Amino acid sequence: MATRAPARARRVKGEALHDGFLRYAGFRWLKIATLFSVVAMVSYMLVDVTPRHNGGSWYGYTMGTIGVILILWLTLLGLRKRAMTRGRWSLKTWTSAHVYLGLSLIVIATLHTGFQMGWNVHTLAYALMMLVILSGIFGITVYATIPSALSNNRAEMTQGQMLDALRAIDRQLHDAAQPLPHDQAALVRQSLDQAPFGGGLVARLSGRYPRCGTARAQTALRHWTGDHPDTGQEPLEKIDALLERKLAMLARLRRHLKLKALLEIWLYVHVPVTFALLAALTAHIVSVFFYW
Amino acid sequence: MTDRVRIAIVGSGPAGLSAAARAAELGLSHLLIEQTDHLSDTIFKYQKGKHVMATPSQLVLRSDFDFDAGKREAILGRWNEQAAAQNIKVAYNSEVRGVTGTGDPIPGSIQKIVNRKRDGTTETKEIQRLAPPYRLTLADGREIIADAVIMAIGTQGNPNLMRCVGADLPHVQYQLDDPAAYNDEHIFVIGGGDAGLENALGLAADEAQGNVVTVVNRSAEFASAKDANVKALMTAAEAGRLTIMSESTTARIEPGFITLDSRDGEVKLKCDRIIARMGSAAPRAFIESCGIEFTSGDRLASPSLSPVFESTALGIFVIGALAGYPLIKHCMNQGYDVVEFINGNKDLKPADEPILAAKFAALPEQKSVAEWLEFLRSNVSILEGLTPLQMREFMLESAVRAYRAGDVIFEKFDPGSSLFGIANGHALVEVAPGTEVEINHGSIFGEVGLISGRRRGSTVRAGADSIMVEVSRTAALKLMSSNPPAKRAITRISTERQLLQMFGAGLTPQDLSEVLDTAEIQTVKAGQPIIVEGDLGSDIYVIRVGSMIVEKKVGGKNVFLSYLPAGSYVGEMALIAGGPRTATVKATVKSEVIKLNGEAFTRLLAAKPALLERARRDMAARQDVNAFIESRKDSFSTVVDMYSETAKFLVDNGIGEATDVLLIDEHLCVGCDNCEKACADSHEGLSRLDREAGRTYAHLHVPTSCRHCEHPHCMADCPPNAIHRGPDGEVFIDESCIGCGNCQRNCPYGVIRMDSVPPKKPSLLNWMLFGAGPGPGEPSKKWRYNNAVSGVEMPKKAIKCDMCSGIDGGPACVRACPTGAAIRVAPEDFLTVARLHREAI
Repeated sequence: MATRAPARARRVKGEALHDGFLRYAGFRWLKIATLFSVVAMVSYMLVDVTPRHNGGSWYGYTMGTIGVILILWLTLLGLRKRAMTRGRWSLKTWTSAHVYLGLSLIVIATLHTGFQMGWNVHTLAYALMMLVILSGIFGITVYATIPSALSNNRAEMTQGQMLDALRAIDRQLHDAAQPLPHDQAALVRQSLDQAPFGGGLVARLSGRYPRCGTARAQTALRHWTGDHPDTGQEPLEKIDALLERKLAMLARLRRHLKLKALLEIWLYVHVPVTFALLAALTAHIVSVFFYW
Repeated sequence: MTDRVRIAIVGSGPAGLSAAARAAELGLSHLLIEQTDHLSDTIFKYQKGKHVMATPSQLVLRSDFDFDAGKREAILGRWNEQAAAQNIKVAYNSEVRGVTGTGDPIPGSIQKIVNRKRDGTTETKEIQRLAPPYRLTLADGREIIADAVIMAIGTQGNPNLMRCVGADLPHVQYQLDDPAAYNDEHIFVIGGGDAGLENALGLAADEAQGNVVTVVNRSAEFASAKDANVKALMTAAEAGRLTIMSESTTARIEPGFITLDSRDGEVKLKCDRIIARMGSAAPRAFIESCGIEFTSGDRLASPSLSPVFESTALGIFVIGALAGYPLIKHCMNQGYDVVEFINGNKDLKPADEPILAAKFAALPEQKSVAEWLEFLRSNVSILEGLTPLQMREFMLESAVRAYRAGDVIFEKFDPGSSLFGIANGHALVEVAPGTEVEINHGSIFGEVGLISGRRRGSTVRAGADSIMVEVSRTAALKLMSSNPPAKRAITRISTERQLLQMFGAGLTPQDLSEVLDTAEIQTVKAGQPIIVEGDLGSDIYVIRVGSMIVEKKVGGKNVFLSYLPAGSYVGEMALIAGGPRTATVKATVKSEVIKLNGEAFTRLLAAKPALLERARRDMAARQDVNAFIESRKDSFSTVVDMYSETAKFLVDNGIGEATDVLLIDEHLCVGCDNCEKACADSHEGLSRLDREAGRTYAHLHVPTSCRHCEHPHCMADCPPNAIHRGPDGEVFIDESCIGCGNCQRNCPYGVIRMDSVPPKKPSLLNWMLFGAGPGPGEPSKKWRYNNAVSGVEMPKKAIKCDMCSGIDGGPACVRACPTGAAIRVAPEDFLTVARLHREAI
């Protein structure tokens, strides 16, 4: 119904405003990586190396060199991500290339081995690389599936706000528990004193906290409240309602932390193993040239 | 009983007192006539303990009475003492009912009083003026004969009244004597002038009183109030002692409640008392009946005066607030001056003469101050409505400069928000390299700064040897708020330029004159429609301020069609194609539109085929959109719904006034906060966005980050004028920030933070290899504290997104997002049906 003055043409209408890192530029890096892998595989078939394909042939060396360069470049993503230099680069493009070229490394490195494995430093390097790639594939999977769940779960609350809400409920619980007899107050204190996400990595990743003090306090307190009619007067009823709210908030916060943990946990494999890989790779290369 | 005096002074305010004191000093027989039983009723009625200010500070006081800033009681006490000591003759409890000449009729001096009636007709009454001496008739029947009359009655006796429904309810008052008299009330103070601000501050000063005080201001800024008052108000608001409602007007008053029209629509609030301080106007009928003419028919116009304050009735002089001078120092100086003039002192120069003379000293020609003032007034069209006295005050805040032909007045992209008036010569605006447009003598330029605060849009040179008046932004706003004809002139010129720029196509100002004559500026509330689907009408609307959304009813539901930022026009489809309106257009935020008369515009289109051609092209594009929506309404109703809902969510979250906004697609965001880290590392170690905070709808998240509003709220009250709009549309704060925090308080989206620059971090490689420093992103408070340079306290300054202007590659937040979740968009790009096309496929 209207027109804007042609003052500033900033962006072409309908230009792709946001593609994720996987779909970037119409899967450009997927296409490049696939082409790359196909060329590698076809040439593997066509090149005749006697007596058989191995890492020490000219073809093997070529693949090995490409593999090393790729590995070093892929490692540089960690630097790129943190160095906020000027210039027309986008981390999304880097991630996109990192993902697809990293996957193509499976083909390149495997062809480099000529399918010769053994219990030695060379195969160790290969195994570590595969471990890095596998953790990366896990990473891609969680990056693709978890963000919307994370967004749904937090319902516009920030992590800090969730913690504040928990603290506010705790304060109310503390006040409401003042008139209680000793044994009931001890149960409420059990909820107040608990470390809400204690229980280690397993609990964090599963989101299950079987020894949750709040849940146990509520169950125990319901022994008292269970056979009483609701009068709206009893302090225990108020405590029960507060514990219910605290459990709901804890559930949201724990789900939040679980999802965040899933989004990060794989990096604790991906990155350290990358450094182990670099060490093993160095040993592999040095030994190859040493025993030439 | 009839007294005979040389000078009768009506009103014993600062102006009248000072005049009486001078008359007493000179030994002239005089009588000071005061309506109440005490001197200076206006100041007497100030609230108890009020601190009375002495502005403008550069003005020298010239009076037989003392005056310095201080408490109301101290000032009144001093004046009472001096009045007694100086033997001033005062007639208390005397109200003047009429002033008439007693001499012969003055040939040719006939006053026409035009009386406008409510039904639009006018009635003209003619009065033959009679020569002095004058007879002053008092309310109790006494009469005074005086050779000269000094009118110093001010305007406070005649406050502007509220006009909304319920304005006559008993809890609406126009004056506040003692703020300590009210406890535990919800009080609304209407009006952003000094009186309103001081009342509000008085009511909120003592928390023990328990008053909930709200100041309601019509505009976004407090242009007519003194700086010190505005600062005190901001401090009080920051401390939570009172609330400020800007850009709001009263819609309705009911017992116990007030309904306001605010930026965000109507709000009904609890209210026990309303104190309306909306200024005051002269008691015009009485003044006119004395034979005094006004400069114009405007409600706020002042009497026409000669440089010696003599009105059109010979021997009647007008000084003080009634002459257009509300400040005490001015009034007292005028009281002194006018008596000197009456006493025959022809050489007396006003007290501000040296200041003005210095301003004119550098000009090539040698003229007296009065000649220069008259020269500027008569040559610059927007100043025409000013009296010589108002001109003097205006010039105190403005500068005048001479330019040689070819001199650059300002360069493109220079910061600056002043307005220029051409008194002599002409200016050349470089609209494109090599193309210059002439702006003629009498006109203005630089007016865009008043509206948008953007940097200069083009380079302007002097086309001939010229004399230009440079008016500061505050002086221009003051001029516009106190002088309606100037406001109309500035508005007309800016409207004309906006139309010319928008339609281009070889139009000249002459072509537009008919359209402009019928043009009308309308303020539209948030959510209010300007065009309703199905209505008849052919007027065209140009969006001047704010933005609009276009909606169409499809299958009983409102479907969002498009978003129109300021600078768009709308409504020509019905004009060209005929028929009723095809869609509804409504404001997303409080907006201003220029309404162009449809018939006048049709004639313009008929005369200018190129323009018609262009309008047709624009229309065709929009008909496509309409057709598209119609065609998809069955098969893609969910997609269309989703799109409409998302668009509404974004508009609700301030995207309506944004020019560029950061959005996060939460399908993709993994919460790594690399955007915040990149922002901090690109800007002195402080992040200007909070990714996690903010609203979300359908996985589209609007983080707390600057939207670069069309009309930035943060710019409204920046004392050093440090907030500007850059060439790419970014709103940024320059290094002159004083850290007052006004912008932070004014931003409705909470995107400005006050912080000091953290110490420099070790380099990234140092951190990666040796663990030195806090790593990428904003350093923790603890690290900052431990590594602060000892002995140097870093000042806190306002920090906000500048869209990474000057950083090659563009916004760091978007570049640093590893998954592509962060995007920056202009609303008009994002809220288009083009996206729907893509998503529907």
